[in-house]
Amino acid sequence: MLRDITLGQYYPAESVIHRLDPRTKFLGTLAFIVALFLFKTFWGFLLCGGFIIFVTALAKLPIKFLIKGMRPILFLLLFMMIFNLLLTPGEIIGQWWIFRVTKEGVYAALFMGLRLVMLVFGSSIMTYTTTPNKLTSGMESVFGFLKIFKVPVHELAMMISIALRFIPILLDETNKIMKAQQARGADFETGGLIKRAKALVPLLIPLFVSAFRRAEELAEAMEARCYHGGKGRTKMKPLKYHLRDLIAYLSLIGLIVGCVFIP
Amino acid sequence: MSLILDKISYYYGKGTAFETAAVKNITLSIPDGEFIGLIGHTGSGKSTLIQHMNGLIKPESGNIYFNGADIYDKDFKLRDLRRKVGLVFQYPEHQLFETTVIKDVLFGPNNMGFTKLEAEVAAYDALKAVGIGEDLIDASPLELSGGQKRRVAIAGVLACNPEILILDEPTAGLDPAGRTEILNLLKKIHEEKKITIILVSHSMEDVARYAERIIVIDNGEIYFDDEPRKVFEHEDELKKMGLEIPQCTQLVRKLKKCGFDVDEDCLTVEETLASIKECFGIN
Repeated sequence: MLRDITLGQYYPAESVIHRLDPRTKFLGTLAFIVALFLFKTFWGFLLCGGFIIFVTALAKLPIKFLIKGMRPILFLLLFMMIFNLLLTPGEIIGQWWIFRVTKEGVYAALFMGLRLVMLVFGSSIMTYTTTPNKLTSGMESVFGFLKIFKVPVHELAMMISIALRFIPILLDETNKIMKAQQARGADFETGGLIKRAKALVPLLIPLFVSAFRRAEELAEAMEARCYHGGKGRTKMKPLKYHLRDLIAYLSLIGLIVGCVFIP
Repeated sequence: MSLILDKISYYYGKGTAFETAAVKNITLSIPDGEFIGLIGHTGSGKSTLIQHMNGLIKPESGNIYFNGADIYDKDFKLRDLRRKVGLVFQYPEHQLFETTVIKDVLFGPNNMGFTKLEAEVAAYDALKAVGIGEDLIDASPLELSGGQKRRVAIAGVLACNPEILILDEPTAGLDPAGRTEILNLLKKIHEEKKITIILVSHSMEDVARYAERIIVIDNGEIYFDDEPRKVFEHEDELKKMGLEIPQCTQLVRKLKKCGFDVDEDCLTVEETLASIKECFGIN
């Protein structure tokens, strides 16, 4: 049951999108999200939709993958669409009991829904094509200016990469402990809510103990290698912009301009 | 009374590009009272195989019979199987969670539906069998030493009174003294309680000394299943699987090649020493 959780959902492939600088992809995703909320007409959808399909094709991502990524927000999506559909005042086109559907409501629901879908598509393209490590390193660089305000940017980025790195390890560990307790007759799958919550104790305590142990070991190993935070630290693979990044930025500016000026 | 695996196969990542066979068409019979060594290289599928034996992993194909009953039959209770086939995982001390040693050992018997009295008797009995003294019973399991923790964890499984006890690398990460201690303990439990023991290991040394039967697994398939001496005749094939026959056996075989009249089949240090002494006429 724990195998179904996929986090850090990198999809390995050889493509120009994969090779883009993580900063480009991060800022690009932000720009795309901004663009999504700039236009007001159907043509804007066509432009943004075309853009996202083009990028997906460039990244060689299977559509199946992107659609699978939609599943967690399906509920939110339906919820938002239904509320928009029913609660927008305007010209009434259908009525049933206390529910009123307006023309504006239909538009609002469709616009909202499509925007949300494209928003998730856009950000999942970023996570599918960038390894978590590159992503944090890109974010560290993008938010680097915050260092002036004494925000520990490097430390935060390091924490995020370590956390991501440990997700699969801890999942594995959870699986192992679960099996070990099942071998001693533990039952995680039947019973009421309280019984199930209680059944988690033999799983969670060893898991916490092991997480703390691992954290301590890692901290010691990092200290032994003289890690002392971000100041004066150089990178093994420094981030570098290439021509493709310039092209990417230019096309994103084009997209935003297009979204602003489209009728 | 026995456990029979009939042509079981299991794949990891079924249906994805990463599909790999962990266990291929394995047929195995485990009769009562044997001390079996299951040997294989890291990643050979031995850990996957043993998880089939108490129903933690369901094979993709093939059947498993415990005392004649198919364990995936509708009215077969997996919990009974898990009581009778105790499985001690690698680094079992990582599963300890209770506030005191005795409470942790009681976890298994309580789950298995023992009465309060039965559970306590079983728990004390198991702790005694693994050599944890009364002074430690109320200590926190997290405060014990590594070797003690492991023995408490083994007691936790032993307290369910299993008929078959499977241990996955029970000596991993212990010092030589701790290793011998655990292995001797298993031998004692095997002799006193007359239960079947399956010792999973990649160390021939450990297994050769204690097991009456050795099963060699590589790439999810069984290559040899015989008594230790017979298995060690296949020195070259074992080497190809990344397994070494015990150093003692290697030594006597080399001596024999050099023309000394020693017993080629020595498995333990004691046997080897006796044989060499005899050959050189030392008492």
